[in-house]
Amino acid sequence: MATKASRTAARLMISPAVILLFAWMIVPLVLTLYFSFLRYNLLTPSGNPFVGFENYYWFLTDPSFTAAAVNTLLLVGGVLLITVIGGILFALLLDRPMFGQGIIRIMVIAPFFVMPTVSALVWKNMFMNPVNGIFGRIATGLGFEPIDFFGNMPLGAITIIVAWQWLPFATLILLTALQSLDQEQLEASEMDGANWLNRFWYIMLPHLARAITVVILIQTIFLLSVFAEILVTTNGGPGTASTTLTYLVYVASLLQYDVGMGSAGGVVAVVLANIVAIFLMRMIGKNLDA
Amino acid sequence: MGKITLKNVKKAFGDVSVIPDINLQIENGEFVVFVGPSGCGKSTLLRLIAGLEDVTSGLIEIDGKDATHLPPAKRGLAMVFQSYALYPHMSVRKNIAFPLKMAGMSEAEQTSRVERAAKVLNLTNYLDRRPGQLSGGQRQRVAIGRAIVREPAAFLFDEPLSNLDAALRVGMRQEITELHQTLKTTMIYVTHDQVEAMTMADKIVVLNAGNIEQVGSPLELYRSPVNLFVAGFIGSPKMNFVEGTEAAKHGGATIGIRPEHIDIVEGGPWTGTVGLSEHLGSDTFLKVQVDGIGTLNVRASGEVGRHHGDRVSLAPQADKFHRFNKDGRSMK
Ligand SMILES: Nc1ncnc2c1ncn2[C@@H]1O[C@H](COP(=O)(O)OP(=O)(O)OP(=O)(O)O)[C@@H](O)[C@H]1O
Ligand SMILES: [Mg+2]
Repeated sequence: MATKASRTAARLMISPAVILLFAWMIVPLVLTLYFSFLRYNLLTPSGNPFVGFENYYWFLTDPSFTAAAVNTLLLVGGVLLITVIGGILFALLLDRPMFGQGIIRIMVIAPFFVMPTVSALVWKNMFMNPVNGIFGRIATGLGFEPIDFFGNMPLGAITIIVAWQWLPFATLILLTALQSLDQEQLEASEMDGANWLNRFWYIMLPHLARAITVVILIQTIFLLSVFAEILVTTNGGPGTASTTLTYLVYVASLLQYDVGMGSAGGVVAVVLANIVAIFLMRMIGKNLDA
Repeated sequence: MGKITLKNVKKAFGDVSVIPDINLQIENGEFVVFVGPSGCGKSTLLRLIAGLEDVTSGLIEIDGKDATHLPPAKRGLAMVFQSYALYPHMSVRKNIAFPLKMAGMSEAEQTSRVERAAKVLNLTNYLDRRPGQLSGGQRQRVAIGRAIVREPAAFLFDEPLSNLDAALRVGMRQEITELHQTLKTTMIYVTHDQVEAMTMADKIVVLNAGNIEQVGSPLELYRSPVNLFVAGFIGSPKMNFVEGTEAAKHGGATIGIRPEHIDIVEGGPWTGTVGLSEHLGSDTFLKVQVDGIGTLNVRASGEVGRHHGDRVSLAPQADKFHRFNKDGRSMK
């Protein structure tokens, strides 16, 4: 019923929602853009003169920026790698009929419902603490030197925590996809002489391609803004060893009270996120059509 | 070679016995059709032969060798599924080559075999398409192509034509029959369409609730069904059954007479009123309410101009009666 009149009516009726959503997005963005061109430090209230690209210049040439960009990529890449591979393995396991399947599935999903701050603190104090943590105790018990996770491999430790939180999401989506695979295809390939590994490689994995794409796209968006886990565990340190772009923006605007610099960082982060998104869409988005 | 023997094969899913006990011998090169009503265990039997289900007890021999516990791939059989089960992300070429690739065949040999199969099945122009870009009949042919490249000992078909429209079904039916005549490989074909069964089979196996009711050539089953079930199942329209005194007159607890063996004549032994008459052009199917007997299906020539409410007189062909005893078994 797409007559001209009904289309006009439809546009008219959804316009309030669209305008609201648009304003919701565009007002903060424009304000951020505006602030990023001002010298605006809360510690030196001397008027807010327009300084052009000065904030950008200092933000981008700061050595911690390069470190943060690399850390962000490592964190996102590491978590994606662990969750996609781990998710596929878990999905394959959970797809088999077994005793207590319902309960096991709920337990697998559980980490997703734990707040990031809470789970990061639990990991920090109860698992990864070299003295009191379980890993430390096990290592000591076996006669090894316990690993100081946050001292020696802060980014790795944070990657593990975040991956633990996102593994259920990947598992869930991949499990659903796996269950939608036509059983007759598997039987046909079995008759065609494919062993389990062949069936996985030639039948299941191509079937999962689309779901994997969805997992990667959605997770990337959320992983670029990981923050709480860093704040409660390492505070971005030691030095800048676990500082990501998101965390760097926080440092600039809320620890150094430099609103202008923070805004510039925010804009840079938005631009970088979009570059990553376009890159991803180009690379794997073609899996989504057809 | 493709000789398949089932000895005392039983299959139960949990407590439910689907196939109580089956013995069956399939000779090399035969075209065997399993028919039976829905849920009678045709697919299950086929999957047992294929190795996709494990037998509960009994023996399956292929070419004289015990294959009961061999995995599907080792049995040398190829199966065409009802849903075709093509691999959607592979081209037609890759689909057909898949079993060859799994068998570790060289690229050159794969290509030549795929191309030969494609030529037989008229798929040459579609080799680089994906299954999603093909029509139902073409997909069916790809599924058959994937089966024939392996040169299996026997083909198993599970209702391969049920997703096709009527015209295409007739065409594919003939193609499969021709394929059988060229390849001369054993074929086991499951269907519940009795026209397919009658036209294609060397041997029909009629199944009912997991039991074999009768095994025989199409004409044997048509001429001398061993019991009421087979008599009612083979033939379209269905055979008429008459019980009571009229049956006793002809010497059986139940007598059966096929619609095509009743003639419309002047002064026949039975008279009745025409209920429904279906004029198909070549034939006319009449439902006649016969006095003292009940409703009989009658098949007459297309020229018969009888309509609802007409009185007609019928004469069954005396030598075409089927007599059954109280247990429903044929008395011949
Ligand atoms: N995996 C299973 N678990 C339990 N029961 C099953 C299973 N597979 C089949 N059955 C039962 O076995 C019986 C035979 O099924 P089968 O699929 O062999 O019938 P069919 O003759 O092929 O019927 P159709 O013509 O409808 O395809 C049915 O009653 C079905 O419910
Ligand atoms: Mg079936």
